[in-house]
Amino acid sequence: MTLLKLLEENNMSKIILETKNINKYFYDPVKFKVLSDINMSINEGEFVSIVGKSGCGKSTLLYILSTMDTDYEGELTINGVSLTSKTDKDLAVVRNEHIGFVFQFHYLLPEYNVLKNVMLPGIKLAKHSIQEIEHKAMEQLRKLDMVDQALKSPNQLSGGQKQRVAIARALINDPLIIMGDEPTGNLDKKNSDMVFDIFNTLVKERNQALLIVTHDPDFAARTHRTIEMADGRIIN
Amino acid sequence: MNAKLIIDIAVNLIRARLKQSIVAAVGVTFGIAMFVTLLGFMNGLNNLLDGLMLNRTPHVRLYNEVKPSPDQPVLISKEYKNNTNFIQSIKPKDRGREIYNSKAIINILKQDKRVIDVAPKVTAPVFFNTGSIEITGVVNGIDVPAEEHLFKVSDYIIEGNVFDLNNESNTIIIGKGLAEQMLVKVGDVIKITTIKGGLVSLKIVGIIQIGIAEIDNTMSYTSLRTAQMLLGESASYITDIQVKLTDVMMSPETAKEYRAKFGIDAIDAQTANSQFETGSNVRSIISYAVGITLLIVAGFGIYNILNMMIYEKMDSIAILKATGFSGNDVKWIFISLSLIIGIVGGLFGLLFGFGLSSIIDNIPFETSSLPTIKTYPIDYKYTYYVIGFTFAVCTTTIAGLFPALKASKIDPVEIIRGK
Repeated sequence: MTLLKLLEENNMSKIILETKNINKYFYDPVKFKVLSDINMSINEGEFVSIVGKSGCGKSTLLYILSTMDTDYEGELTINGVSLTSKTDKDLAVVRNEHIGFVFQFHYLLPEYNVLKNVMLPGIKLAKHSIQEIEHKAMEQLRKLDMVDQALKSPNQLSGGQKQRVAIARALINDPLIIMGDEPTGNLDKKNSDMVFDIFNTLVKERNQALLIVTHDPDFAARTHRTIEMADGRIIN
Repeated sequence: MNAKLIIDIAVNLIRARLKQSIVAAVGVTFGIAMFVTLLGFMNGLNNLLDGLMLNRTPHVRLYNEVKPSPDQPVLISKEYKNNTNFIQSIKPKDRGREIYNSKAIINILKQDKRVIDVAPKVTAPVFFNTGSIEITGVVNGIDVPAEEHLFKVSDYIIEGNVFDLNNESNTIIIGKGLAEQMLVKVGDVIKITTIKGGLVSLKIVGIIQIGIAEIDNTMSYTSLRTAQMLLGESASYITDIQVKLTDVMMSPETAKEYRAKFGIDAIDAQTANSQFETGSNVRSIISYAVGITLLIVAGFGIYNILNMMIYEKMDSIAILKATGFSGNDVKWIFISLSLIIGIVGGLFGLLFGFGLSSIIDNIPFETSSLPTIKTYPIDYKYTYYVIGFTFAVCTTTIAGLFPALKASKIDPVEIIRGK
């Protein structure tokens, strides 16, 4: 425990993501406050999980943090830049460059093969040449032990394999933070553990920040910090 | 780079739904092919029918019209100058039908840069005598080389040779209907009475058929000299000067100019054949309307297919947005998708349209009234192809625009959470 704290203190230097008084309402069918006064921050190299009962607003919070949901009050800062009231186009650039996603369901594009799926956000960012991106994508797939499947179509893969491809895709642009919405929710124990191990390696080796919404108490227990939510508030 | 990626994604979406995309493209292909063929065929026919009349009509014809003098004596009188004068029972002035100073006018016209050539003509109403029957008709005295140059008379000669009019004196070429009525053939001699009472014998050297019965039943051609002799006039007697211009569209203004310049009457081809122009325009409008309708129907097909595709591809759209594609990027993906369908379908449409036109162009179409026509006429004007293609691209873009806007507004959160 002390070792973990030490590690945290070392990395305290850089705050990746920060929120100030975020409130969100649902209007349909009646006005209803989903999130109230969310204040939180995530540092570089921190592995954070969000837990809570169904409907407590944890996914809603994640989508606000991911910049895909812009209908909220309060302020969201990623990498020191306030993202509140930015345009759709600017937010897309932020998502592309700084945020990697892993969803509960794989969400790979069935039109492309595995390699191209991994490369796509890199091609969109266009910071490197296609050859470099391809090289990088192969590297990621190698680390995740998926090189053999690189030219297969996504629907030829198993659930665990798809999730590994999704992680490789999330990593292609070296994002500041990786967000996951129950990335292991659809996987069996073995695959679940494997995904956790991959995440853990990322934190250790690349000092990557991770924010994972999960239902799985075992998974949450093994992360650095757990944010517990209930009725739209952070309670712990 | 970005555009390349967007097109790449569009192409992959098409590949994933190849069958539907082909159906959409075939809709466009069919529309364009029919549009091009229809317009080509319709305008081929138009040109043929216009040619029947317009090729035989001078762009500008100079002549003396039978009309009253514009300067009546009472108007010249100083005494009644400020009065309002009513004159009744005015008769046209006898100025003769001869164009005065015709040689000089022809010389000036020939030097005009807008003029291709000038053909002088003498027309005279006559009676053709056969037995005790007299048939009314018209003799056109023509300058054979000039007439041939301007109006391709030889195209309509079904027997004999038009140049024989110059080679032999006292010769005539008569209309087919006339020959049938009088039961005469090439080599026979016919008698003609002029309205002044003179009687002349002329040898038939040819039969002509324009394809319009009314004309073929009354018309005949002689050389200029023979016609002048028939009327007992000198070699300078000319009743019409026919002018062909480099640009037929200029004829109304040119006619106006000549009217003022030479002080004689001038009529342009458009005025003389206004009913033909109207017919052509109406036919063109109908074929454009049908063609455009076909393309719009094809546009609805694309709209439907793209809409369906967007519902199927919701997940893909959401993932694209989550990984950093903006709404605008997604919109362009679907617009390029429909543009690709439009362009590919359109190009094939032009190809098939051209093929179909060529087939029609080779179908035999023989009619006794049109001796020069052997197959159905087709107009291969490139503008139809340009219009067709442009319209195809426009319709498909518009058809793709609405689904594309819809796709750009899809909220990825809803789709990802909805699972």
